[in-house]
Amino acid sequence: MSDAAFVQIRDLRRVFDVSKPWLERTLAREGHQLLKAVDGVTVSIRRGETFALVGESGSGKSTVARMVVGLLPPSAGEVVIDGVSMTAAKDAAARKKLRRRIQMIFQDPYASLDPRWRVGRIIAEPIRAFGLAKEQGVEARVGELLRLVGLDPADAAKFPHEFSGGQRQRIAIARALAAEADFIVCDEPTSALDVSVQAQILNLMKDLQERLGLTYLFISHNLAVVRHMAATIGVMYLGRVVEVAPARQLFSHPRHPYTRMLLDAVPDLAMSGRPRTPVQGEIPNPISPPSGCTFNPRCALANDRCRREVPPLKDGTACHAVHEGRADSQDMPEIAAG
Amino acid sequence: MTEPVLSVRDLCVEFVTRRGVLRALDRVSFDIGKGEVLGVVGESGAGKSVTGSAVIGLIEPPGRIASGEVLLKGERIDNLSPERLRHIRGKRIGMVFQDPLTSLNPLYRVGEQLVQTIRTHLPLNAAQARERAIELLAEVGIPAPERRIDGYPHEFSGGMRQRVVLALALCAEPELVIADEPTTALDVSVQAQIITLLKRICRERGTAVMLITHDMGVIAETADRVAVMYAGRVAEIGPVRDVVSRPFHPYAAGLMGSIPTLETASERLVQIPGSMPRLNAIPVGCAFNPRCPHTYARCVVERPELLGRGERASGSHDGAGAGHAVACHLYDEPGVDAEALVQRDKVAAAATGSAA
Repeated sequence: MSDAAFVQIRDLRRVFDVSKPWLERTLAREGHQLLKAVDGVTVSIRRGETFALVGESGSGKSTVARMVVGLLPPSAGEVVIDGVSMTAAKDAAARKKLRRRIQMIFQDPYASLDPRWRVGRIIAEPIRAFGLAKEQGVEARVGELLRLVGLDPADAAKFPHEFSGGQRQRIAIARALAAEADFIVCDEPTSALDVSVQAQILNLMKDLQERLGLTYLFISHNLAVVRHMAATIGVMYLGRVVEVAPARQLFSHPRHPYTRMLLDAVPDLAMSGRPRTPVQGEIPNPISPPSGCTFNPRCALANDRCRREVPPLKDGTACHAVHEGRADSQDMPEIAAG
Repeated sequence: MTEPVLSVRDLCVEFVTRRGVLRALDRVSFDIGKGEVLGVVGESGAGKSVTGSAVIGLIEPPGRIASGEVLLKGERIDNLSPERLRHIRGKRIGMVFQDPLTSLNPLYRVGEQLVQTIRTHLPLNAAQARERAIELLAEVGIPAPERRIDGYPHEFSGGMRQRVVLALALCAEPELVIADEPTTALDVSVQAQIITLLKRICRERGTAVMLITHDMGVIAETADRVAVMYAGRVAEIGPVRDVVSRPFHPYAAGLMGSIPTLETASERLVQIPGSMPRLNAIPVGCAFNPRCPHTYARCVVERPELLGRGERASGSHDGAGAGHAVACHLYDEPGVDAEALVQRDKVAAAATGSAA
């Protein structure tokens, strides 16, 4: 594995205009309302690694995913994949070639497959679009891909509705692989599935990564799934990355108060009886986020500086209390793990 | 044991369709005692929500309760008229559903909905009912309830809405609360708050709770006992600690192993091959037999009964009593240490399983 970053996300920002219609706005004498969904995210992903972004609803993790694959133009910042900028105009030709290598798997396998197309045609579409096989070879390639994801080549003749949720997600994976992609962005790929099916899909994704050397950007709200899948984890809160750490370290030594709170809130299947700190409050409205560190209203360690200044991401954590060495007190017990 | 608050006996629910009769619940039995939380867990299609609907008499045609009994404090409620049942719902049985937005009327203030429900079931005047509504909102942890009571549902966040729904469910002091996926639509941090709240309130009031969810973590945190459902049947029922740490049924063992947890970051998850059968194709014998690593001749012909581990020898048939019961033939075979077998493949399946 090379140490050079395969995917680099630099100071990525996205602002949505959520203003009311012009007339209403004028009558109510209101200005424009802007929502900063992603507010300066910088992340780098190594080749062959799984990088996970976790966060609760409204943290901006899916918006990052959509910007990385190019489904949504960023308001500012840039995404560089294998040395090619996804945004700079000069890289247009190289970007066209790169597109094929970036694929996405969506959360809802009922919505991401065209119900009127047979599975064979769904999987063959990228092969034909990118001219990856001669027409007579397409069918064989589809069969091969179906076998790769644990389905039968004969399934190519069926329609998506004939499959269960887990099988559909396998079809979506086969479609991503059909383009011979090496970077796959997975937005909550197993959230809509039952646990036993989730286990099948997660195992499959790990196997494929090993066999094909895939790089994953894995978006999830489920910390346990992320722990199982990812090598490096970024925790997002209200559009910012508040902590980045290798998976093992994040779970054994969470540093940011929000990460600690999240880990504490995960239901404990082992019933080890670890003490739980009651979680305070909910994510604030992103249209009018708190000043300074956006986590400050829920944080036990917040002081005046936290309410005033946005903490920079330094040494993997964006927290004044951690930077100042105030976070090691006993009111944030560490979670035993590993 | 004192009389259970809810007792379900051999409940069968069928849906009549053009292609034949589908059996959604097949002889489901369980009890819930006073102040007890029974978790009902299973994957999509296991019949857990149908169980909840059947208990409160909300099975819509073409579905019907084909046989069996539902007893609330010893009194049969499955054969009551819709009119009588309506008095029980809300008064004696409270309900919490997954999506708090659909449980609340968006056009009415939260307070109006609470007051209306309280006055329907309790003999209070408007002022007293309002006072009680404020108390309830305070109890479920809504800050400044005397002000928030006049808010509309859309002014509350998801977690706060679910608190309001919980207050609605509790307002007539029900003996039983049926909570169907109450935390599924919520973020983890809020989910933890709601679980803690549900648990505390029911403990304080002695309310029995039937907690339906697909999330084993929620069950482990909240429930006293758990029933694992598979294809409309109860596969295993027992104290939550036993079922989670030493599941007896091969399906339950696979299910526990397939859940990624924070504590165990193993390389592979346990994988149960295949998926839950459709209702029109439930296998003969044990419904789990096509997916089970230990299937033998008996499993494909004879349906295993839900029997307590101690009751095996005597052959008595009230598996829904307290204790740990499992519906699996392995535990009847002489000379087979079924428990050891099932515990072992919890580990082995992870090591040998192959996805493709």
